[in-house]
Amino acid sequence: MIKLREKGNQMAKLNETAVQTILEICGRYKDEKTPLMMILSDIQNEYGYIPLEVQEIVSQQTGISVAEIYGVVTFYSFFSLKPKGKYVIGCCLGTACYVKGAQQIIDKFSEILKIKAGETSDDGLFTLDALRCIGACGIAPAVSINGTVYPKMTVDQVPKIIDEYRNKEGATA
Amino acid sequence: MIKTVEQFNEKVAACTACLDEKLKGLDDKRHIVLCGGTGCLSSHSDEIKARFEKVLKEKGAEDKATVNLVGCFGFCSQGPFVKIYPEDTLYRLVKIEDVEEIVEKDILGGEVIERLLYVDPATGQKVAKQDEINFYKKQRRVALHGCGVINPEDIDEALGMGAFQGLRRALTMTQQEVVDEVLASGLRGRGGGGFPSGRKWQFALNVKSDEKYVVCNGDEGDPGAFMDRSILEGNPLAVIEGMVIAGYAIGAQNGYFYVRAEYPIAVRRLRIAIKQAEEIGLLGDNIMGSDFSFRCHVRLGAGAFVCGEETALLNSIEGKRGMPRPRPPFPAVKGLWQKPTIVNNVETLACVPFILRNGFAEFAKVGTEGSKGTKVFALGGKVNNVGLVEVPMGTTLRELIYDIGGGIPNGKKFKAIQTGGPSGGCLTEEFLDEPIDFDNLVKKGSMMGSGGAIVMDEDNCMVDVAKFYMEFICDESCGKCTPCRIGTKRMLEILTRITEGKGTMQDLEELEELSDTVKTNSLCALGQTAANPINSTVAHFRDEYIAHIVDKKCPAHVCKNLMEYHIDPDKCIGCGMCARGCPANCITRTDYTAPGHKLASMAIDASKCVKCGACMSTCKFKAIEKR
Repeated sequence: MIKLREKGNQMAKLNETAVQTILEICGRYKDEKTPLMMILSDIQNEYGYIPLEVQEIVSQQTGISVAEIYGVVTFYSFFSLKPKGKYVIGCCLGTACYVKGAQQIIDKFSEILKIKAGETSDDGLFTLDALRCIGACGIAPAVSINGTVYPKMTVDQVPKIIDEYRNKEGATA
Repeated sequence: MIKTVEQFNEKVAACTACLDEKLKGLDDKRHIVLCGGTGCLSSHSDEIKARFEKVLKEKGAEDKATVNLVGCFGFCSQGPFVKIYPEDTLYRLVKIEDVEEIVEKDILGGEVIERLLYVDPATGQKVAKQDEINFYKKQRRVALHGCGVINPEDIDEALGMGAFQGLRRALTMTQQEVVDEVLASGLRGRGGGGFPSGRKWQFALNVKSDEKYVVCNGDEGDPGAFMDRSILEGNPLAVIEGMVIAGYAIGAQNGYFYVRAEYPIAVRRLRIAIKQAEEIGLLGDNIMGSDFSFRCHVRLGAGAFVCGEETALLNSIEGKRGMPRPRPPFPAVKGLWQKPTIVNNVETLACVPFILRNGFAEFAKVGTEGSKGTKVFALGGKVNNVGLVEVPMGTTLRELIYDIGGGIPNGKKFKAIQTGGPSGGCLTEEFLDEPIDFDNLVKKGSMMGSGGAIVMDEDNCMVDVAKFYMEFICDESCGKCTPCRIGTKRMLEILTRITEGKGTMQDLEELEELSDTVKTNSLCALGQTAANPINSTVAHFRDEYIAHIVDKKCPAHVCKNLMEYHIDPDKCIGCGMCARGCPANCITRTDYTAPGHKLASMAIDASKCVKCGACMSTCKFKAIEKR
């Protein structure tokens, strides 16, 4: 994931490339009617969050007030005001997964990573999300990590999966 | 580019012959297909496909077989699947290591590999062909037509399966005739409400406007339903064709797909299908030489369940918070950007090509008096054969759960089937022989909904299930109207109290009263149906509520505050494994040694126990039980 600003400093100004990218994203949809959702989706996918300064740029480009954009960003669970971790662990808590013990799976992730659902670990590596059905009911309980779906999860697999990602980080660091 | 009907016919003839050749083996090749749905892809079916290609190449057998990734087979619990045409051999639970053997023995040797065949759990018999498996026997594929057969990223295969032939016929009819055809078919909305689709179309056709829209609702939010995802992943052109036909019927030139962001594969394949259809001229200006032009656009959701409600969905496309609008005016009069709009669900639109291609009578041939055609169900939860099934309306719940679903696993007892998701209800044993149709399920206190069907067994606590749905609704309530925003929160609080053993009988009364208030006063269907899971569980499982409230017991041992782990001292051999794994250090040795055992048994201090269940999963002697 590309960084919006200088490393670690949430108060730093947006860097110039980020501003250019956001302008480019706004430009992508200038022929579409009411493209706000598409612009926000692209920004969320690119940077993992949509902070206020970014909303201001979108506002200037689209003529939609910041208040309205903020309203939209906070309404949808897919959009986030805070940065997400490098790996977003989505535990499906849809009905089919729930009746097959998905709550225990997310509890285990929560216990090991020491974060609650919706939070990001201090090292910025993991975000834990409770998802409402990813449509993988046939292989319940399912967990999706950055889009890769892990089928028929068991509590025992949880520490192994976390280690797998931590090791991957260790190897590249 | 296809510019005339004649050119279309030529293209269809070529594509049909080509697909026929593949499926019937007329090209002297074997045709290997793998399931490429979300379920099987998570079990690496794409890597298995690559491996097939590699192994075929290594063995110099590239000209002996073709390999193809297709849409969902529906039988997700047995995936990944490999199917081999023309014999129709179906291998299940295939691993990447099995590829070499399949190529060597089957593709080159013509021998069926027994160990990879499906085993009927009832008879223990191996079944080689898909159609002979009980799971598929009672199914009838209308909406799922083509799913699991064709490559969804290749428009030629879809054309070979009949795509756009419904549109070809529609274009020879007047708009009113198309609407009448859909009306006559008895097609009702598959997304939840069951409103007759033809009537919706008629409203929109009657309104005069310079601009109209067709919107496809692909915001499949019911947790436990995934038919819309599978249709979009397996045969996106069927839905596109349904949309184009709807556009022709009401006089729209533009259609919008609104699909959940949680379905990346469906979105990708839908976009590919739209692009391919544009490239050969089946979308765009003057389709098949007519004066009808139509374009499709894709918009993504962003994780809000309420956007499945049609007016909230329209607001979302308009770039606003996805909150519902009061109706009337209905979207057919004032919809997207205040223009007449019809909103149809994915499965509904997928049925439309079938109706136009084969005539309304063929569609209405199956089903019940008030519900025609077939319905796709996502069968999940505590049932042996988990997956996607399409059955004629009027099939009984028993057939669905036992004949197709293969019954309840591990010899457990059936408790209830939940249909209709957070808006639906639970049906118990006594309703198993009820035929499934829109009106009958409502009459029995549940609803069809979008087709989620979750089976629950004796280990599921119904109060906990009601709480689960209420948590969901409470989270997803948009907050616009007070009864839903505050009412669902209060109901959740009461349910939480009950599951924690702090409930009173008055709570139960208030719960029932509150559910009535929320039901009658909420703005949209989300609030109006929010109390359904409570109402149906209170109606059928009142004793379970009372057990929680009066006896402070959870009969299914699910609610943590109302159950405890207990070590049977006569079964415990005293190995101490449980104590080593206990995070709360609450297991200690007693001074009782059971007859025949060498060590004293262990015991749990219930006051310190955090009820994590670690001891129960480590005990090899089944000495630990919940009670």
